[in-house]
This record gives sequence, structure tokens and C-alpha cells, in this order.
Amino acid sequence: MKTPASPSGGALHGARTLFHKEVLRFWKVGFQTVAAPVLSALLYLLIFGHVLSDKVQVFGNVGYTRFLIPGLVMMSVLQNAFANSSSSLIQSKITGNLVFLLLTPLSHWAWFAAYVGASMLRALAVGAGVLLVTAWFSPPGLAQPGWIVAFALLGAGMLGALGLVAGLWAEKFDQMAAFQNFIILPMTFLSGVFYSVHSLPAFWYGLSHLNPFFYMIDGFRSGFVGASDVSPWLSLGVVGASFLAVSALALRLLKTGYKLRH
Amino acid sequence: MPAVRFDDVSKTYAGKGGGLRALDGVSFDIEPGEFFGLLGPNGAGKTTLISILAGLARASSGRVQVMGHDVAGDFAAARRALGVVPQELVFDPFFSVREALRIQSGYFGVRGNDAWIDELLLNLDLADKADVNMRQLSGGMKRRVLVAQALVHRPPVIVLDEPTAGVDVELRQTLWQFIARLNREGHTVLLTTHYLEEAEALCSRIAMLKGGRVVALQRTAELLTGTASTMLRFKTDQPLPAALAQRARSTGRIVQLKAHDAAEVESLLGALRTAGVKVEELEIGRADLEDVFVQIMRGAPA
Repeated sequence: MKTPASPSGGALHGARTLFHKEVLRFWKVGFQTVAAPVLSALLYLLIFGHVLSDKVQVFGNVGYTRFLIPGLVMMSVLQNAFANSSSSLIQSKITGNLVFLLLTPLSHWAWFAAYVGASMLRALAVGAGVLLVTAWFSPPGLAQPGWIVAFALLGAGMLGALGLVAGLWAEKFDQMAAFQNFIILPMTFLSGVFYSVHSLPAFWYGLSHLNPFFYMIDGFRSGFVGASDVSPWLSLGVVGASFLAVSALALRLLKTGYKLRH
Repeated sequence: MPAVRFDDVSKTYAGKGGGLRALDGVSFDIEPGEFFGLLGPNGAGKTTLISILAGLARASSGRVQVMGHDVAGDFAAARRALGVVPQELVFDPFFSVREALRIQSGYFGVRGNDAWIDELLLNLDLADKADVNMRQLSGGMKRRVLVAQALVHRPPVIVLDEPTAGVDVELRQTLWQFIARLNREGHTVLLTTHYLEEAEALCSRIAMLKGGRVVALQRTAELLTGTASTMLRFKTDQPLPAALAQRARSTGRIVQLKAHDAAEVESLLGALRTAGVKVEELEIGRADLEDVFVQIMRGAPA
């Protein structure tokens, strides 16, 4: 009787293969998945930086461009982390090639680690790219590098996991577009990328504090400029808790085969 | 231990008006080394049954095992023992043939699999396409890659869901030669197909499904002899008498009537003569699987 080939690399090798495949998927079209978002961020900097630099008052002595750049970096990180896992899943679902993955012995942990890990890698590559090209306009200060790393990783991880949830939920491209345009985009733009929330009217100021994206941007920025709207520790708590909550949801959906195994 | 065991498997898809019962208490075993055919008309539940076996769908009740591993409780071991060629012609446009096969090996935890991948490519006539992107392959070649992908981890049980739908004759032969070789080497094969002559030629045992139930489960040879074994074939332009029309299978001018023995052949011919039906190109032959299939499907309750 025949026996299957022995899984010489073990279960970990399976997860690593899926991660590698997900990285190749965006890397092979890197012009679109990495270079294009860097260019977008640069355009934001040129336009908003130029128009608003004399009009917007941020943290006391911090110049507007210096304030804006970390926000743009984090915005790019978040949007690309979401875009990677969500578009990969929805494309595989619609073209039907997700079946190759569904037939494998990979666990829900392997799916999660691979999809979120690859999303984080793309997000950090884009973030580093934005940082590199904007450094020419205003060299970034590195007040507290620990915060930079912590918020970049947690933010990318949370949006990668959220993209996984959206990719599992959506059955059509327009559902995915709705998720992106009505949830992700407003939350990023209303998170204080372009302004300090202290400059907002009381209602919007209060509302901003319910937006986890606000804490990601604020905490990340504090690592560069050494000043923030709220304590970075509070931000870390909110972002960490959001990451865990979204990850738990994503893992649950994967484990139960939500919209995958009928 | 059977290679595959279906134990009272039912599946109801939720929906309006109580939902759709796609499978209703399906039970049978496939023994190691068998070449097993699963036949039935569209909507009989073949693909649902295979989806449950492969873990793509979940049974509403009942159990399915592959090489003794439960497909739900011990899914990793069950899926390692199973190689599935899906019905849809799907592919990942980002990768070449070799990349796709390496990735699929990796998912199963198999490293350093290039020797086996090369052998698969060679046997499926894909060696010169190894570094071509999947998008650039013809439909028949994509189908061959699907077969290779199902076999990368050397599964003891191979499932082919309508593998030759829309595939040219040459490829069909290449494919069957290779699958037959794997079967001789000890792999268990489960095949669903619409081409009954393929099932007749390849499968040693056959299950027929209708309306989600097993309506026949026999060795192919017994299936062919156990039911009406003689077929009367002829051409005519005239309508048959009502009693004969009911039991006839008509394709354009060609009419086929089953008979159990020589006496029945005589009485059928007598009835045709009495009714004044002009018979041309009369043949008397052995029933093939298609005849048996039609007969069973007519007789079985929906």
C-alpha cells in the first residue's frame, strides 16, 4: 500500500511556504504594491505639506512637515497591510485557486501567521520606502525608536488581520471596496494623520478617541517627534488590545471555516 | 482498513423551504488499491460527496474517513493521504508550473521534492512547460498541472472529479495511462465522470448516486451482466408502439431496447413486426455501462 510522502519539514514548513507564496505574490508586482503607495504618500506630502505648513498648528515647536511625515508613513503601513491580505484572499476566492490551500493540512494558525506575516512585510517595506523618500524633505528625528518599532509592528499586524477578516467575509470585489472605502479609509483619514486632534471641535475630538487608528498614528509619531496627543502607553494598550481582538476574530473564522468550507 | 469510508453521510444545504438535501445516508467503502467509479446524473450529489471527503464541505451528519483518519477530527492526516483533482479549471496566475508544484509540496510539509516533480512533469507531458507561467498554458495543459498538483505529496488515495471534461482525446489517453500506472503501483483511485465508457474501461467497482442516495454499488463486471445483458439496436423513421416506446432509449433515429434473453429478443421483434415498424440496420449486442446506467436511473426513486 502507498503511503504519503513524509512531511520532512513538518507543519512549520507548510506555514513558511504559504508565507513565502504570499510574499512572492506582492513582490512579483512590486511596482504596484510597494512603489505606487510610496509615490502616493509623497504626493500627499508635497500637496498637504505645501498648502498647510503655515496654517496648521501642531505640537508647539514641531514643524508641520516633521509632524506630517510619520503620519503618512503609518497611514501607508496600515493601508497596505490591509490591502495585502484582503486582496490576496478575495482574488483567490473569486478565481477559485483558494481550493489549493483548502485541500492542504495547514492549520488555522498557519493561515493566520502566513497571511498576516506577509501583510506586515509589505506594510513595513512600503513604510520604509515612504520614510526614505520623505527624509529628503525633512530628516526624521528618532526620539524614541522603541515606540516606532512597536507601533509599526502592532499596527501592521492588526490591519493584516483585519484584511484577513474582510477577505473571508467579502464574496465580491464591490463588497471589499465597500469595506475599504466606508471603514478603512474614513478611519485612517480621521485619525490625525494630517492634524493634531487637539485642533478639532470638542465632538470630533471625543470621537477621534474611539478610533483605534488614532492611537496607532499618535503612538507611532511620538517615537519620531517625542510628543503626542495622548500617552504612548495608553496608545500601546489600545492598539495591543485591538490587535488581539481582531486576531482572535480572524483565527475563529479560519478555524470554523467561515465562508470557506460549507 | 478501507482506503475511504463513507458512513451514513447526509448533507442538507440551508435555504428557503427547508433547504436542499444533497446527500441522504450515503454509506460505502473503497478498498485499498481499488479503481472506483462514482457515477450519477448532474445534481445527484457526486461533487458534494467528494467535497466532504476533501474537507471543502462538511457533512450535516455521518462520518468520512481516509486511510482510517476522520476528515473532520483528524483533518491533517486525512488530507495528507488524499490528492484531489478539482473539477474547475483553476490556477494561480502569479506562478510558473514548477513554482506552483513546489508551493503545493511545501503546503504539505514536503521539502526537496524536485525529483518527484520532474517525474510528474515528464509523465504528464509537461516537462517543456515547467518554467512557463500558468496563464500561458492551454486548458488541457492547465488540467494536467491540476493532476500534478494533486499528486505532489504522493497521496495513497487519488480523487479525480470529472478530470476529462473538455479534454482532447490525446490528453485523455496520456492521463489514463498515468493514472492506471499509479493504480497498479498501489494507489487507490476514486473517479467521477460523465464518460461512461471511461468508467467501464477503468473502474473495477462502481457506485451510482441518484438524488443523494446510492442506487447501485457493484463490481463493474457484475453490473454489466446482472442487469439486462442484451441490447437490441436499430434505426427507424416510424413511431414505436406505446408499450415499446416507454422502455426504449431513442437518440434521433437510433432506438435501443433491452432484453434479458433470446426469447425476449424474439418477442420484441414480433411486437415491432405486428406494429408495422420498419427496422433498419438491426444489431443485437451486449449492454454497455450506459445502458445499465439509464436502466438504473429510470428504475430508482428520485
